[in-house]
Amino acid sequence: MTDGMALLGPALGLSAILFSIGVAGVLLRRNVIVLFVCIELMLNAVNLSFVALAQLHGASGQVMVFFVMTVAAAEAAVGLAIILAIFRHHQSVDLQNINLLRG
Amino acid sequence: MTAFLDSIGYGQWILHALVVLPLLGVVPVLLGPEASAKRTALLVTSLELILSLGLWWALDPGRGTLQLVSNTPWIPGWGISYRVGIDGISLVMVLLTTLLMPISVLGSWRYITRQERGFYALMLALLTGLVGVFIALDLFVFYIFFEIMLIPMYFIIGIWGGPNRLYAAIKFFIYTMAGSLLMLVAIVVLVWRVQAVTGYLSFSYDHLLTNAGAVGPLAPWLFAAFAVAFAIKVPIFPFHTWLPDAHVEAPTAGSVLLAAVMLKIGTYGFLRFAVPFFPQVALSPTVSRIVVVLAVIGIVYGALVAMVQPDIKKLVAYSSVSHLGFVMLGIWGGTVQSVQGSLMIMISHGISTGALFLLIGMIYERRHTREIADYGGIARVVPVFSLIFTVVVLSSIGLPGLNGFVGEFLVLLGSFSAYPLATVIATTGVIFAAAYLLWALQRMIYNRLDKPENERLSDLNGRELALMTPLLIGIVWLGLYPEPVLRRMEPATRRYLQLTQPGAAAPVAAAGPTIEVRP
Amino acid sequence: MIASRWVWLAVALPLAGFLVNGALALRRAPATRAVSIVGPGVLLAAFAVSIGVFAGLLGRPPHEPHIVTLWPWMTAGALRIDLAFQVDQLSAVMLLVVTGVGSLIHLFSVGYMREDPGYARYFAYLNLFVVFMLVLVLGANFPVLFIGWEGVGLCSYLLIGFWFTEEANANAGKKAFIMNRIGDFGVLVAMFFLWRELGTLNFAEIAARAPGALEQGGTIVTLITLFIFLGCTGKSAQIPLYTWLPDAMAGPTPVSALIHAATMVTAGVYLVVRTNVLFAMAPLSSAVVAGIGALTAIFAATIALRQYDIKKVLAYSTVSQLGYMFLAVGSAAFAGGIFHLATHAFFKALLFLGAGSVIHAMHHAYHATHSHEDAQDMRNMGGLREHMPVTFWLMAIATLAIAGIPPLSGFFSKDEILASAFARGAEMPIYYVYYALGVLAALLTAFYMARLMTMTFLGPNRTGDEERRHLHEAPWIMTGPLLVLGILSAIGGVINLPAFVGGRHALESWLEPVTAAGAAFARVELPHGTTELLLVGGAVLVGVVGLVLGYRATLGRRVATAREAPEEAGLARVLNRKYYVDEIYDAAVVRPVVWLSRVVLWKGVDQGLVDGAAVNGTAKLSRGLGWLGSRVQTGQVGLYVVLFLVGALWILRAVIR
Repeated sequence: MTDGMALLGPALGLSAILFSIGVAGVLLRRNVIVLFVCIELMLNAVNLSFVALAQLHGASGQVMVFFVMTVAAAEAAVGLAIILAIFRHHQSVDLQNINLLRG
Repeated sequence: MTAFLDSIGYGQWILHALVVLPLLGVVPVLLGPEASAKRTALLVTSLELILSLGLWWALDPGRGTLQLVSNTPWIPGWGISYRVGIDGISLVMVLLTTLLMPISVLGSWRYITRQERGFYALMLALLTGLVGVFIALDLFVFYIFFEIMLIPMYFIIGIWGGPNRLYAAIKFFIYTMAGSLLMLVAIVVLVWRVQAVTGYLSFSYDHLLTNAGAVGPLAPWLFAAFAVAFAIKVPIFPFHTWLPDAHVEAPTAGSVLLAAVMLKIGTYGFLRFAVPFFPQVALSPTVSRIVVVLAVIGIVYGALVAMVQPDIKKLVAYSSVSHLGFVMLGIWGGTVQSVQGSLMIMISHGISTGALFLLIGMIYERRHTREIADYGGIARVVPVFSLIFTVVVLSSIGLPGLNGFVGEFLVLLGSFSAYPLATVIATTGVIFAAAYLLWALQRMIYNRLDKPENERLSDLNGRELALMTPLLIGIVWLGLYPEPVLRRMEPATRRYLQLTQPGAAAPVAAAGPTIEVRP
Repeated sequence: MIASRWVWLAVALPLAGFLVNGALALRRAPATRAVSIVGPGVLLAAFAVSIGVFAGLLGRPPHEPHIVTLWPWMTAGALRIDLAFQVDQLSAVMLLVVTGVGSLIHLFSVGYMREDPGYARYFAYLNLFVVFMLVLVLGANFPVLFIGWEGVGLCSYLLIGFWFTEEANANAGKKAFIMNRIGDFGVLVAMFFLWRELGTLNFAEIAARAPGALEQGGTIVTLITLFIFLGCTGKSAQIPLYTWLPDAMAGPTPVSALIHAATMVTAGVYLVVRTNVLFAMAPLSSAVVAGIGALTAIFAATIALRQYDIKKVLAYSTVSQLGYMFLAVGSAAFAGGIFHLATHAFFKALLFLGAGSVIHAMHHAYHATHSHEDAQDMRNMGGLREHMPVTFWLMAIATLAIAGIPPLSGFFSKDEILASAFARGAEMPIYYVYYALGVLAALLTAFYMARLMTMTFLGPNRTGDEERRHLHEAPWIMTGPLLVLGILSAIGGVINLPAFVGGRHALESWLEPVTAAGAAFARVELPHGTTELLLVGGAVLVGVVGLVLGYRATLGRRVATAREAPEEAGLARVLNRKYYVDEIYDAAVVRPVVWLSRVVLWKGVDQGLVDGAAVNGTAKLSRGLGWLGSRVQTGQVGLYVVLFLVGALWILRAVIR
């Protein structure tokens, strides 16, 4: 128990760093694939904090990780399909060119 | 007749049948072949008309209370029940609706050439809504019918209308919607306040009528919300500009029903709900002055603007603004004569203006223009059309002996004691009415026949004569012998006046029960 | 003898005629023979009924009008209006005049209109007119009278515009209807006042209640009577609403005779007499009525001096004579007004039908030579006496009658009016002015009638050498009615002979039950003895002088034909153009109203302000807001994420705090 508690701080710190890297990637990169990877990074950063905090609050955090992973998998499937479709249409995966939703 | 109706239990099922029958009719119209849609619709609407005629005898003309009332709990938790019933006022409005419906279907026979199934299905749905509005005695139910009739009309204008139909349809829809949402808020607040005082949650008309005093200082706001909703529907100046657009763009049947029936829902709403609920507000000097001034403006303004319209349908639309101004004046005139007159105008305007739109539709089918300037001298070519058109125009002008006069005369006579100056100004409307309609008549059917396109017009055929005949009979009959109609409406009118008499201490209690259920 | 309760037959018969002729008019094939029988036939039958009703009235106690209720019309609360006819001395007289003169004009029309393609339609309208005219004179209450009142206006509209393919005719019909409607507005308002003040609209009850309920000479009764009189100015073509009547000559000539001379235009006089108690209670209104009447008489007479269209002269003459009738009823000489109404119906119908006969002949002559000259312009006539002697002599009788030459009918009736106005002068001196205007109008009347007769029938013929051979007298079906009217014009005065020729004022005592209510408040004592004889002598002298002057002024001068005649100048031009009143109305009323409606109300208020600014403004506002919002939607996911992040942090901050 105490071992686990000792690791809580570093784990949350790592999670925060990973999440920030993910956010920065989403904000700064133009390539959709990279963007996609960054989103995965953020999800996994959250997963890490879930697992870490499960030490404190019980197993529900770990259960939640499975949910997130399932969603991430589904998202990967749909997201990659969309990216593929966009690539076929635009011959590019640069975000600058993808603005179909412009009002 | 009464005995026969009793023997078949007419009073128990008729109001439900009138609402359900058109909805049932939608099914064969949609499922059947395209070609037979209009026949099915005509059959259903005719059946509806025949069924509704029995109401004339089923209603006890001696009493002004709401009769044939039936109550079915619907959403008991919220105090909503399907509650319907009629009095003399509802009676004539329902009969007007059921009469004009088959006529409109016949009038669309050639006019509607595409997506006929959809059109006639919507017409039947519209019929349900219109009948429902006039018989609903639960405010929630009333609101639902009020909205139901809006949707088919939106599509009728938007799909089968003229070139600018989308603009007109959206304008019509949003205008009415804005008003009816205000009314919905007012209904909810009213119900909620009444519940707070009586401890009884109910949307029932008579419960709310008896306890509407509970709203206290909110009354002016609630009245305003109701009044705006109905004023848009009437339409009262300056809420009228949706009307010319909607009329011009709507197909014939749409114009007929819009003018003949739907405008009356506004004035009916004032008579049934807005004024009886809040008589102290509605008939207070300030509000009365505003309404009467707007009514008189509507009368004169509508007539003057009608005079200079190049489009005959627009002309008739503005003339409706003028005529409905008389109705408003009569409602606020506050005497038996003026209110009876208002009701008579509601009926005869329905018949005359309906007939006018039908005739315009007929000539439009032949010539494909509504510009007055494109006609001229066609009396030589189409004498029967010209004769009927002249008679209808004269009835709309208010020539004594035809239907238009009776209502206008009673309204003005009855309102004069309360508002002499306004009445005198309103009376000038008769001069302007003659001016705009006769001018149009002259430019269309008299003068020289100088357009070669007009030389080969064909006169009315059997179907067109058949659908005009009942209207012409109505025009002459109501002009010379309106007595039976007046007699049936008078008890309800008296009751309305009792309810709204501002002098009476406890008006509702003094007037006795509003609703009676037949044993 | 027919009892009064059969009086509805007099209305039903022409109504049946209308339906039959109307049905025939819609058929493609002409049915000239059937129309010729049905059209005048129903009128003759109605005349027979009227005689029966009249005879029935002779044997009954005079003071009880007989009310024939057909069915209840409008009831609401205390208001109860029956479709009811009132048979009394006044309506019986009017019944006889309308159906009698009407029958003659219907017969005349058979000859006049036979060749017109709209023959059946013509008789349908004419029959319908008689229906409404009878409803008007028989109505037992104001609204029923109003059915007839508006109905005759409608028929007048239809008949003026009978040849509707000419825009001018259709315009004239519309003008007549709208001007009448302005008057009808007055009648409506008067009804509202009466209902409010007296609680009834039945004539009998008005006469009974008014003296008790209304203050004599008060504001209310003055307003009521002025509003009624506004209606009369419209229907009876008085200042300021007279301009429709001359234009109404666009209709067929028998129509002018029936509607615009003998019957409809006298409805205003009838209405004043019908409500005599109200006018008697309002001396101010009576003075206005008499004043407008006198002014109209002189005003229209001056215009008639310079008209060349034979029908226009007669039209202005009618306006002028109607002014006389109002002078009479405004002087409380109600019976005198009805007397002149009856005699005027005889001689003016005769004049119009005579003019019709002339126009008929002229038209045929021009038609035969395919000439397009104006068949109604007197400058194209002249010397017609040789070609149409019967017409000439009969019209000469009518001319002498209208000029007031004894012992013809017009002499007695006009003399009584002038005497009444003079007698009223003792109480209100303004009536002396009216009297003077009346005398002057009589002079002018004689002058323009002499001018008309001379230009038309005497002197050299100006029709054209070729055309002259085609001029001929009208057929017997047209001259027959003329003859009857000639006899009536000559001896019509017997119905109300004054005392100085040994008469007993028969019409006046016959109408006494009707006018009694008014007589209680205002009664004219006609002058007697020397004054009376002086007045009579003066009136006759004026008539003779006018005739001689008119004859000499016209015959002495060479008249150029319409085509060659130069434009008038100076006063003559003003008179010929009718004082430019039509132009003034057009510029002062019609154009401003149309401009106001089109530019200000429709384009400005309706399309600009209400629809443009308020309604579409709201729509534009919401659309603009939406557009602003849509600018944020760049489609760049990066921006969305930044915004999302900012928002998330902002919420986070709020939650943490």
